Amino acid sequence: MRTIGSTIAGTIRPERPITSGTNGERRPLSLLFLMLLWLSLLIAFGVLVTLIITIIIDGQGQFSWRLFTEYPASSPDRAGARPAILGSAWVIGTTAVMTIPLGVAAALHLEEFADKRNWFNRMIELNVQNLAAVPSIVYGLLALAFLSMLGVRDKNIVIAGALALSLLILPVIIIATREALRAVPQEIRQGSLALGATQWQTTWRQTLPSAVPGIATGAILALSRALGEAAPLLVLGALVFVSFDPNGLLSSYTTLPIQIFNWTGRPQEGFHQLAAAASVLLLGLLVLMNGLAIYIRNRFQKRW
Amino acid sequence: MTTVASTGGPATTPDRPSPSPTNFVGRSRPGEFAIRLFLRIAAAITVITTVGILIALAIPSIGFFAEVPVFEFLFGTRWAPRFADASFGVVPLITATAWTTFLALIVAVPLGLGAAIFLAEYARPRARSLLKPILEILAGVPTVVYGYFALQFVQSTVFREWLQLPTGAFSVLAAGVVMGVMIVPTIASISEDAMSAVPQAMRQGSAALGANRMQTTLRVVFPAALSGIVAAIVLGISRAVGETMIVAIAAGNQARIVTNPLEQGQTMTGFIANAALGDSRVGSLEYDTLFAVGLLLFLITLLINFISIRIVRRFREIY
Amino acid sequence: MTDTTEDAKTPTMHLQARVADSYLPDEPRGILQVENVDVYYGSFRAVSDVNLKFGLNEITALIGPSGCGKSTLLRSLNRMNDLVDGARVEGKVLFQGEDMYGPKVDPIEVRRRIGMVFQKPNPFPKSIYDNIAYGPRVTGMRVDSMDDLVEEALTKAALWGEVKDKLKQSAYGLSGGQQQRLCIARTIAVKPDVILMDEPCSALDPIATTRIEDLMHDLRQDYTIVIVTHNMQQAARVADRTAFFTALADEGTGDRTGVLVEFGKTTQIFEHPVDQRTEDYISGRFG
Repeated sequence: MRTIGSTIAGTIRPERPITSGTNGERRPLSLLFLMLLWLSLLIAFGVLVTLIITIIIDGQGQFSWRLFTEYPASSPDRAGARPAILGSAWVIGTTAVMTIPLGVAAALHLEEFADKRNWFNRMIELNVQNLAAVPSIVYGLLALAFLSMLGVRDKNIVIAGALALSLLILPVIIIATREALRAVPQEIRQGSLALGATQWQTTWRQTLPSAVPGIATGAILALSRALGEAAPLLVLGALVFVSFDPNGLLSSYTTLPIQIFNWTGRPQEGFHQLAAAASVLLLGLLVLMNGLAIYIRNRFQKRW
Repeated sequence: MTTVASTGGPATTPDRPSPSPTNFVGRSRPGEFAIRLFLRIAAAITVITTVGILIALAIPSIGFFAEVPVFEFLFGTRWAPRFADASFGVVPLITATAWTTFLALIVAVPLGLGAAIFLAEYARPRARSLLKPILEILAGVPTVVYGYFALQFVQSTVFREWLQLPTGAFSVLAAGVVMGVMIVPTIASISEDAMSAVPQAMRQGSAALGANRMQTTLRVVFPAALSGIVAAIVLGISRAVGETMIVAIAAGNQARIVTNPLEQGQTMTGFIANAALGDSRVGSLEYDTLFAVGLLLFLITLLINFISIRIVRRFREIY
Repeated sequence: MTDTTEDAKTPTMHLQARVADSYLPDEPRGILQVENVDVYYGSFRAVSDVNLKFGLNEITALIGPSGCGKSTLLRSLNRMNDLVDGARVEGKVLFQGEDMYGPKVDPIEVRRRIGMVFQKPNPFPKSIYDNIAYGPRVTGMRVDSMDDLVEEALTKAALWGEVKDKLKQSAYGLSGGQQQRLCIARTIAVKPDVILMDEPCSALDPIATTRIEDLMHDLRQDYTIVIVTHNMQQAARVADRTAFFTALADEGTGDRTGVLVEFGKTTQIFEHPVDQRTEDYISGRFG
C-alpha cells in the first residue's frame, strides 16, 4: 500500500527500503568516524600512561629516603631534594596566604557588590580574563621588575617567588570564587536582606559560608598549579645551588620543579634518574592535592 | 519592630504596645563601608597588575630600543645578545616559537576535538565519568615533567633509538609534540562544554529527519558550537606560545632559524628562561633584552586573545 | 482554546478540518499499525498493550490526560525512543506491513519515512534555506534543483510567501509560529509518508495555532498524520479519528502506565463515547 506522495518534476528519490539490513548508524563512514574518535582518546591516554611509566622506571633507582633528607650535591649518589621540598612548602604556603584572601575579596566585590553595568567593573572582569591567559613567565618578569624597582638585589627569596606565583594564580582564584558564589541561589540572599540584614552581613554570614566548599576546591586546584610552576621562578634567579633549608621569607630557596629542571639539564645519567624520582614525588603531591580538592567538593558541596 | 494593624477590628489592642514611630533614616555603618572599600581595592589590584605588567615590560624595553633599532630587533635574523659581537634580531626566536606552536596544534587539535566530540556526543555517562578525570590528570601534569618526558623519552628513546631519526640531543619536534599533548585537555574541555551546551532539541530534530549520529554531530552540533570550539583552539595557541619549561628543556638552547623540526632551536620563552639563569645587572643591555623579548611575547599573546574574542563575536552574530 | 480564536482567524473560511464522516471508512486503511505494544523505560512500563491502526491520509489524534504515555507511544512510531537509554518496545509496530522493530530494519530510514514535529519548534542555527535543505542532503536524496525542493516544501507548509525573500537569513529570526511551520516544511522536504506531531501547537499563540491546524487539513491529502494533543477541542477540530488514553496507577509503586481506552471516529468518540472514562474526560469531569 503506497501513499500518494507528490513528486516534483525531476526529483529522484532513492527508494532505500526500510528493511535494507544495513543500519544507518553503521555505515562505513560512521564507523570510521567513531574509530577515529576512539583513537584520539587512546592516544591521549596512551601518552599519559607512557609518561607515568617512564618516570617511574627511570626514577626507580632513586626512590629512597635520601630523596627526602639529602641536599643537592655534585654527585648523584649523594644528592637529595630536601631543600626543594621544603622550599616548595614555604613558597606555596606564602602564596596561599597572600593570594587567597585577596582573590576572594576581589571576587566578592565583583560578584556581590559591584554594579555590573558600570564600565569600570566590566573592564575589571575583562581584565581578569586576560590575565588568566598571560604566559606564566611574564609574571616572573613582573616580579623581577618590581623588585628591581624596590632595589632588592638578591631576588631569589621566598617572598619574591611567592609574589610572582600569587599574581599568577590570582585570576584563577577570582574566577573560581565567582563561580562558587554564583552557585548560591538568589533566594538565600534575598531572604537575608528581607529580614533587614545589610549586604555585607548577608555576604559574610550566608553567601560566603555556602560558597566555601567551592572556593576551597578552586583554591586548592590553583595552588596545585602554582606548585608545578617553574618559569616565573627561573626568571627570579631560582636556579642557584641551594644546600640549606629555607628559614624565612627572605631566605634563598629552591622548589621541586626547579630542582627537577636542574637535574634534567645535567649530563650525568644519575641526575636524570633523580629528576625522574622527584617527578614522581611531585606528581604524587599533586594527586594528593587534587584528591583533597575533589573530596572537599563531593563531601561539602551543597546541592541546591 | 512595628506590627501591621489588621484591617477591621481595633487599631490597637489593650495588651499590645503601640507601634514605635517609623523612622526609615538609615544608620550610618562605617564598618560596612570600610569592608566594601577593601573589597573594591582588592578588585582593583587586578587592574594594577595589568598596568604593572605593561610598565614593567615597557620601561626596560625603552632602554633596549634606545640601543637597538626596532627594525633590527623585529626583522634581524641573528640572535646573539651575549656575544662580544652582539646581534639582536629576534627572527630565530620567532621561528622556533612558530614551529613548536604549529607542531603542538597538529597534535592537539585532532586529539582534543576527537576527545571532545566523543565525550559530548557518544559517551555513555559511565564512560564520561571515567574519561573526564583522565583529561584532568593530563592537564595537571607540571610542564617540567612534560619537559623531562620530551627530552628523555620522546627525543632520546623514541626519535633517536627507535626511529633512528637524524636528530641531535634536542629538537623542536619533540618539544612541540609533547606540548601538543599538554594542550589537549584545554582544547577538549572547552570544546566539550561548547558542544554540550547545544540543546538536545536540535539533535532530536536532526535525528527525526533521518540523519545518523555522525551527520548530526558534524552538521548540526559542531557548527552550532563553533564559536566555543574556535575559542578553545585559540586558547590552546595562546598556551603554546607562552609555554616555557618544555621548550627550555627539550627544544634546545641555540638561537637559530629553524627550518627543520628535527633541529633544535630557542623560543622566546626559552630565551627568557635561559637568559635569566645568568647574572644580569639591572639596567644593562642584557637585562633590558629580557624585557624586550618579554614585551614581544606579551603583545603576541594579547593579539591572539584579541583575535579570539573577535572571532567568537563574529560567529555568535551569524546565528 | 476559547471561541475567540474563531473570530481571530485569517480570511480562510472556517474550515471543516475534519472530513465529513460519510467519506471516512469505518475501519481505517492502516498504513501504520500498532499491535500489542508495550513501551518500557528500564523496568517502568510507560505504555501497556496498545492496539491501533492509523489510517492512510487521515489525521489521528491521541488524547488523554498528561502522563498517560501518548508522547512515548508517538516516539515509538518512528523509533525516536531508541535514543533514550533504557527504552524498550515490545510488540509490533507495522509500517506498510513490515515490523519496524524487526532485526533487519534501518532505524535511520524509518525516521525519514516517518517524520516528527516537536512541541517546541527546534530549527537549526542555520539559514531558512539550509534548514530545509539539511534533510535531503543528509539522507542522500538526489535532487535536480534544491531551490525548487525548498520552495515546494515551504509552499506546502504555508510559509513560502512569508520567507521567500529572506531564505538566507537565520531561522531564528522567525516568530514561533513561523518556526514551527519551518519545522514542518523541513520534515516535508525529506518526503515522508507519515508525519507525527507531538503537541505541535502547545508552545504557540492562538493565531499561530489556527494556521497550523489549517495546514494539517491541507497536508492530509499527501500525508498520514498522527497528532498528540492535550487539547480536546483541537482534536475535535482536526482529527478524523481519535484515540483516548488514560493512566492506570500501579498500586504498589504508584507508577502510572498508559493504556488505550477507546479508539474510533472523532464524532463517535465525542458524541457517543462507549467507555465511561472517555465520557468523563470529554465532559471535563477529570483530566
